[in-house]
Amino acid sequence: MGRIQLSQVSKVFGDVEVIPPLDLDIEDGEFMVFVGPSGCGKSTLLRLIAGLEDVTTGSIVIDGSDATTVPPAKRGLAMVFQSYALYPHMSVRKNIAFPMKMARMPQDEQVRRLEAAAQVLNLTEYLDRRPGQLSGGQRQRVAIGRAIVREPAAFLFDEPLSNLDAALRVGMRLEISELHKRLQTTMVYVTHDQVEAMTMADKIVVLHAGVIEQVGSPLELYRSPQNTFVAGFIGSPKMNFIEGPEAASHDAHTVGIRPEHIDVSSGSGTWTGTVGVSEHLGSDTFFHVTVDELSQLLTVRAGGEVDLHYGDTIHLTPNLDHLHRFDERGLRIS
Amino acid sequence: MARSVKTSRKAVTTLVAGTLGLLMFFPVLWIVILSFKSEGDAIKAPLAVLFSTDWTTESYGAVQARSDYLKHFSNSVVISFGSTFLGLLVAIPAAWAMAFVPGKRTKDVLMWMLSTKMLPPVGVLVPIYLIFRDLGILDSRVGLVFVLMMINLPIIIWMLFTYFREIPGEILEAARMDGASLREEIIHVLTPMAIPGIASTVLLNIILAWNEAFWTLNLTSAKAAPLTAFIASYSSPEGLFYAKLSAASVMAIAPILILGWFSQKQLVRGLTFGAVK
Ligand SMILES: Nc1ncnc2c1ncn2[C@@H]1O[C@H](COP(=O)(O)OP(=O)(O)O)[C@@H](O)[C@H]1O
Ligand SMILES: [Mg+2]
Repeated sequence: MGRIQLSQVSKVFGDVEVIPPLDLDIEDGEFMVFVGPSGCGKSTLLRLIAGLEDVTTGSIVIDGSDATTVPPAKRGLAMVFQSYALYPHMSVRKNIAFPMKMARMPQDEQVRRLEAAAQVLNLTEYLDRRPGQLSGGQRQRVAIGRAIVREPAAFLFDEPLSNLDAALRVGMRLEISELHKRLQTTMVYVTHDQVEAMTMADKIVVLHAGVIEQVGSPLELYRSPQNTFVAGFIGSPKMNFIEGPEAASHDAHTVGIRPEHIDVSSGSGTWTGTVGVSEHLGSDTFFHVTVDELSQLLTVRAGGEVDLHYGDTIHLTPNLDHLHRFDERGLRIS
Repeated sequence: MARSVKTSRKAVTTLVAGTLGLLMFFPVLWIVILSFKSEGDAIKAPLAVLFSTDWTTESYGAVQARSDYLKHFSNSVVISFGSTFLGLLVAIPAAWAMAFVPGKRTKDVLMWMLSTKMLPPVGVLVPIYLIFRDLGILDSRVGLVFVLMMINLPIIIWMLFTYFREIPGEILEAARMDGASLREEIIHVLTPMAIPGIASTVLLNIILAWNEAFWTLNLTSAKAAPLTAFIASYSSPEGLFYAKLSAASVMAIAPILILGWFSQKQLVRGLTFGAVK
């Protein structure tokens, strides 16, 4: 079991309110991702759940019992840190066994779980090495191994992949998702990378300056962002925002349209523009187009092998079914 | 690319460093030379002493006959090791608290502790003497262990604090998440990681306590007198005592020199730091 409920939780450092009071309910077995720009309070929120920081106000309930003042060691949660935080003086074996040793688990059970974890994480050959002798990806696995042997009520991850190189990151992302499918244990995952959030989460919490902007499944956030912040943060490349007369013609202060919802044609379309810089990804090509009617830059997506070059004239047609409308305060108009 | 150094420059540097080293080591060397001379030779002009070829170990014999070296030696061991380990027991938790849970006044507390080292010890001699007399611990090892522990505590805490601060806080937090109590966190994670730092602290403090002469001389007379008192008993203003004083000094500093020699790598590493991680 691993249901975590936060009610009116806030955190003040000195006289800075990093987290204004917020409510959040994390269901048992859910893969919950906190995403937001750097410094928005994601780590602080995670550390409040872990018990590494004390809440300023509010309460944290884990599996029905109030854990607000329970020390981290007693909350039954496991955490994977960005720096891995392995014990440098212990072998991989001892690192992974440490939480079981602290729990005074019977020796044979410890061995059984250690071997199972090492197997799953491909660490069997490295059990007698020190963390200093491992690669980044292996260290990350040890940190995960140390977390899973306890069979915690929930896993907390604080940007666990940000110290890995891009290729490893994709691999580990899949491994963690795989682990979640297999264990069905609650996971709370912090990242500033919206791609990680979109690909891994059951549910995403978008944070901005300590405030929850929106909670929802990746597709909900993608399809109906509740405000311009979420609209701009979720999705890559970023949504295009258009203000002024064009927005007014849709009865909105701002309208948003994603690059993938604009049709590109060399013949005709709603808008005419000039191709600027283009980014070829193979499967897709993104063009930055200066649109004459709007006198602003839009990013559009075209297929992988479109033959357009810098300075070419291009015609764009927004798909109005996918147009997002926002009022002066940036809130969605439905 | 390594910086290339001209041979001539290297030679000059080596010469300067060698001379400085010799200058610093010379007093010790002189004591050793004098200790192997007869009392008559020892008071001659330095050059005469240096070039005379009569060597003798009679001073060592005389010193051993006149005073009990082993008793003083064992007192020194008990006092220096005892005060250091007692100090560690207090300093590890104190440094832990200041390094990992600093409060608003942690800096002030650290400065205050250091400031106690600025007070001349003689300023508190009388009160401490009277307290010791009333507690009946004058001339006792327990008393000296205690007072030297107190004297060196600020240094122990400062050194440990510096080492502990180098240990990433996330590792201790990981231990907490892994279910370790505060005691287990200190025993299983913090202390092993800080071993190089703790080892240098221990070594330095043993040396300081071994050489400490103010309190050991003033608070002991016979029973608990360590090697400092052993040397002092030969610094008599009358008579021919140069060679015997030198022999006593050599006997007193030899153990700590040997300890320092064998642990110099550890000491240097600890004092320059960067060893954890
Ligand atoms: N221990 C602390 N003391 C004071 N301010 C802190 C502390 N920890 C975090 N903060 C501040 O809280 C804000 C949020 O930090 P953090 O939760 O680490 O952000 P994120 O993980 O989203 O990048 C930052 O402005 C940071 O400076
Ligand atoms: Mg963070």
